Amino acid sequence: MTENLQLNSDGKLKHFLTIEGLDKALLTEILDTAESFAGMSEQQVKKVPLLRGKTIVNLFFENSTRTRTTFELAAIRLSADVINMNIATSATSKGESLLDTIRNLEAMFVDMFVVRHATSGAAHFIAQHTAPHVSVINAGDGQHSHPTQAMLDMFTIRQIKKEFAPLRVAIIGDILHSRVARSQILALNTLGAAEIRVIAPKTLLPAHVETLGVNVFHNLTEGLKDIDVVIMLRLQKERMTSALLPSESEYFKCFGLTPAKLKIAKPDAIVMHPGPINRGVEIDTRVADGAQSVILQQVSNGIAVRMAVMSMAMQARGNG
Amino acid sequence: MINTPLQIPALLSTLENSLIETINERKLSNPLMIGIRTGGVWIAERLHQRLNFEEPLGLLDISFYRDDFSQIGVHPNVKPSQLPTTIEGRDIILIDDVFYTGRTIRAALNEIFDYGRPNQVVLAVLIERDGRQIPLKPDCYGARISLQDNQRIKLTGPEPLSIYIQSMNEAA
Repeated sequence: MTENLQLNSDGKLKHFLTIEGLDKALLTEILDTAESFAGMSEQQVKKVPLLRGKTIVNLFFENSTRTRTTFELAAIRLSADVINMNIATSATSKGESLLDTIRNLEAMFVDMFVVRHATSGAAHFIAQHTAPHVSVINAGDGQHSHPTQAMLDMFTIRQIKKEFAPLRVAIIGDILHSRVARSQILALNTLGAAEIRVIAPKTLLPAHVETLGVNVFHNLTEGLKDIDVVIMLRLQKERMTSALLPSESEYFKCFGLTPAKLKIAKPDAIVMHPGPINRGVEIDTRVADGAQSVILQQVSNGIAVRMAVMSMAMQARGNG
Repeated sequence: MINTPLQIPALLSTLENSLIETINERKLSNPLMIGIRTGGVWIAERLHQRLNFEEPLGLLDISFYRDDFSQIGVHPNVKPSQLPTTIEGRDIILIDDVFYTGRTIRAALNEIFDYGRPNQVVLAVLIERDGRQIPLKPDCYGARISLQDNQRIKLTGPEPLSIYIQSMNEAA
């Protein structure tokens, strides 16, 4: 159902809800299209008229200033009109159902919803119930999926490493609760990375995680050997209070990335993080700001990737 | 398929002469030459050299400005345009290989105006063919030709640069 929902009858991307069910050719098309938009940021006029006259609603039921801003900038650079729905003061908080909110916005001739929701499957639900001419982009749903974050990570990796086939990638931290990690693993497997390792304490790994096509390590120094790409995940503070971890300092001691530990990976390994960073919890400040860090590059690339996804989805809408 | 070659050197010479005449007539001052990707850039590179322009050639990719985006979408690997930061007040010579419907030029003008308001724009093309759909036309051309329904113009390059009329075999 997922793949049919995301693609129109011509096999083009209509909604972008998850990496699941999308093939290598389509993921590569997203990366190639993003490449076209990447150069725009250096131009004096950072704007093209592709989506002029279209209305995009950023529907953020869960706060994320950074993600919302990059979606907003992407839409603005495509010349779309953007509305940011402040959900805290919106009708849903007054008891209106999600579906009623969507229907009302549709009646205002909206062309695309960018949805962030704390519940897994929320973006799918909206995509299933919207009018045929409306596209839905998932900006993160529960613990399920964050496909544009995964694709901007893939874009950054390809920008630096060129090919996925020879790469060994380590994803470190709270795999259990991370929609980013799930999407990254799916994308890396689809794009053909040589090996994906997840490195985490047992309490932060999903059961049967190996079925996702990863090798599991519980020891950072063992897991980082021969690694080309190090992806650190954000650690939510509430994992400490919910007793999944003993303490922040204990976590940093075992799983925090320090300059010494980074030396175990390949000398030209890059360090990534979806942000915001907890310095001194997941990552040492010297690594976060160091020569191997591409964290700020990820942020810049987020705009180009979201422009690509928006323009591709908008082109394919209403046909399917 | 039958390919009838056209003579590039003769076409370029005619276009060059026409362009020099127009530069003088319209009193173009320190003009900036801009080629439209891909074929327009190949033609512009040659004219840029022949006319001894010192300022680097501007490159324009109009893919994001096309009016048929909703039908054909955006093609991956569009290269960024390279224009000088100051378009404002400049005299511009815009170069394309073939002028057909006029829609490419409309898109190109829209993009140029996003960089600033030029003083003048002169449009020069190697071939002007029939089939105009909007009220734009070139100021200079190497040749004007009418084609039959089964014919189209094909440019290949950049080295060697060749142009020919392709006729589809009706029996095929």
